[in-house]
Amino acid sequence: MDTTVAGAPRRPAAEAVIEVDAIIKSYSGVRAVNGISFAIPRGSVTGLLGGNGAGKTTTIAMIMGLVLPTSGAIRVLGHDMARERHRVLHRINFESPYVEMPMRLTVRQNLTVFGRLYGIADVRGRVAELAEALDLVEVLDRPSGKLSAGQKTRVSLAKALVNMPEVLLLDEPTASLDPDTADWIRTRLEDYRRERGATILLASHNMREVERLCDDVIMMRTGAIVDRGAPDDLIERYGRDTLEDVFLDVARGRSATPVE
Amino acid sequence: MLYSTSGHGEARYRSISVARTSAMVLRYWYLLRSSWPRLLELVYWPTVQMLMWGFLQLYLDEQTGFVAGAGGVLIGSVLLWDILFRGQLGFSISFLEEMWARNIGNLMMSPLRPGEFLAALMAMSVIRLAIGMVPVTLMAYALFSFNLWSLGLVLVAFFVNLILTSWSIGIAVSGLVLRHGLGAETLAWSIAFLLLPLTCVYYPVAVLPGWLQTVSWMLPPTYVFEGMRAVLIDGVFRADLMAWALGLNALYMALAVTIFVRLFNQSRRVGSLLSLGE
Repeated sequence: MDTTVAGAPRRPAAEAVIEVDAIIKSYSGVRAVNGISFAIPRGSVTGLLGGNGAGKTTTIAMIMGLVLPTSGAIRVLGHDMARERHRVLHRINFESPYVEMPMRLTVRQNLTVFGRLYGIADVRGRVAELAEALDLVEVLDRPSGKLSAGQKTRVSLAKALVNMPEVLLLDEPTASLDPDTADWIRTRLEDYRRERGATILLASHNMREVERLCDDVIMMRTGAIVDRGAPDDLIERYGRDTLEDVFLDVARGRSATPVE
Repeated sequence: MLYSTSGHGEARYRSISVARTSAMVLRYWYLLRSSWPRLLELVYWPTVQMLMWGFLQLYLDEQTGFVAGAGGVLIGSVLLWDILFRGQLGFSISFLEEMWARNIGNLMMSPLRPGEFLAALMAMSVIRLAIGMVPVTLMAYALFSFNLWSLGLVLVAFFVNLILTSWSIGIAVSGLVLRHGLGAETLAWSIAFLLLPLTCVYYPVAVLPGWLQTVSWMLPPTYVFEGMRAVLIDGVFRADLMAWALGLNALYMALAVTIFVRLFNQSRRVGSLLSLGE
C-alpha cells in the first residue's frame, strides 16, 4: 500500500537521496510499519513525526539497515540498504540518545576510534576540528561517562559528524536537554546542513525543533503516513496555529480541514 | 569546523579494511589500559588455578609416586585448559563490552563489517591471553620447575588448535547474544566448562565409557590434551593427533561463522539489534 499523501509535494526520483518504497515491517504478525513510501531530496531536512508506536524508530532503523523490512525496498544514495549497506555506510551517520559511546573511554579516544572506523584520512586533525566547533576542547581527555547530558549530546554529535556525512539520521537529537543546550545543538545542525549541503532525516517529538529545522514533515500514525508537507503548509491545512496542534490532530486521528 | 574542506574528515570506502579491525583493537586496548582491575583479573584466576593444581601435583607425587608427576601433567593440563577457556572468555568479554556499553548500534551503523569485528575480537583474545598467561607460565617454572615454553613448536601446535576452538565457541556465543540479548550472556561464561569433562583435560580418554569416548573424539581439544600427555609422559609428539584437531577445528570454525551470520541476519529481521537489553 502506497500511503504517499495526495497533494503532498512529489519530487523527481533522480533527486532523491533516501528512497523508501512500499516497506512493511511485521513483528510476530503485528505491523509496525504498514506499506509506506517516500523520497527525500538531496539537501533537505525532513522531519518524521508521530506519537509513540507510530513506527518512526523502526522506519529510521530500516533506513540505516539495522532492521530488514518484511517487504519493500530502501535505497540510500542509490544503494539497497538490505543487501549493500556496506557500500554507503561511510557516507552516512546517525545520532540517537538510545545508543551511547563507551563510557570508560575518553572523548578523544572515542572520536579517534570512530574516525578510524570511518576511514578518516587525518583523524587527529578531524578530532581537533570537531572539538573546536562543538566546544569540546576542555573535555577531550575526560571519560565520556563523566560528562553532563549536554556534553554527551555534543560528543554524540561529533561522532555523527566525524565522517562529514552526506546523509545524517537523527533520532530525538535534543531529547532531555535544557532549552539553551538544545538551541545550541539546533544551530550547529543548521550550520552543518548549510556548509555540507547534507540531507537530514530527523525523528522528534519536539514540534518547535521540527518547525525550525525542517523543510518537510512526514506525519506517521500506527505505522502509516497520514500526511506530509512543509510545516507552514500543514499548519494552514489543519487550520491550526502551531505544528504541535497539528501533531495532536494527527495523533488523535483527525484529518486536515478541507481547503475551500 | 563541522564541515571542512581541509580534507581532515574525508571518509574513504574500503571493502575490507585492516584499519577498521585495528581501530577496534585500539578501542579494547584503551579500555584495558583504563582499568587496572580488568588487567589484574586477567592474571588472577590463571594464577589461582596454576597454584592449586601445582601443589596438588606435588602432593600426589610425594605421597603416591604419581606416574605422571615427573612430567608435570597436571600443571601442563591446567595451563593448556586456560588457553582454551581464557581464549574464549577474552573473545566473549570484548564482545560483551560493546553490549554493556550500548555501543553495538554505533558499530553496526559504522562501516565496520562483521568479519572485521570478529577479527578484532580474535586479536583481543590473544592479547588478553598473553597478558594473563605469560606471567603465570613463568610462575609455574619458578615454583614447580614446569617450563611450558620448553615444548617449543609442540606448544605452537597445541596453542593454535586450542585458540581456534576458543574462537569458534566465542563466535557462536556472540551470535546468540546478538540475537537474544544479554539474557544469553551466561552462555559466554559457562559454555566452555562443558568441554572440561568431555575433552579429558586431566585424564586420558580411555577413562570414559565407550559411547562418551566417541563424543570426546569429536572435539578438537581432546586431541590436544591426549597429545600433551603423549609428549610429557611418553616423550612422543603425535602429529596425527594435531592434524585431526586442525581438521575438526576448520569444520567447527565454518559452523560457528555460519551460525553467527544466520543469527546476525535474524537479528536484523526481528529487530533485536535495536533492543539489546536483557
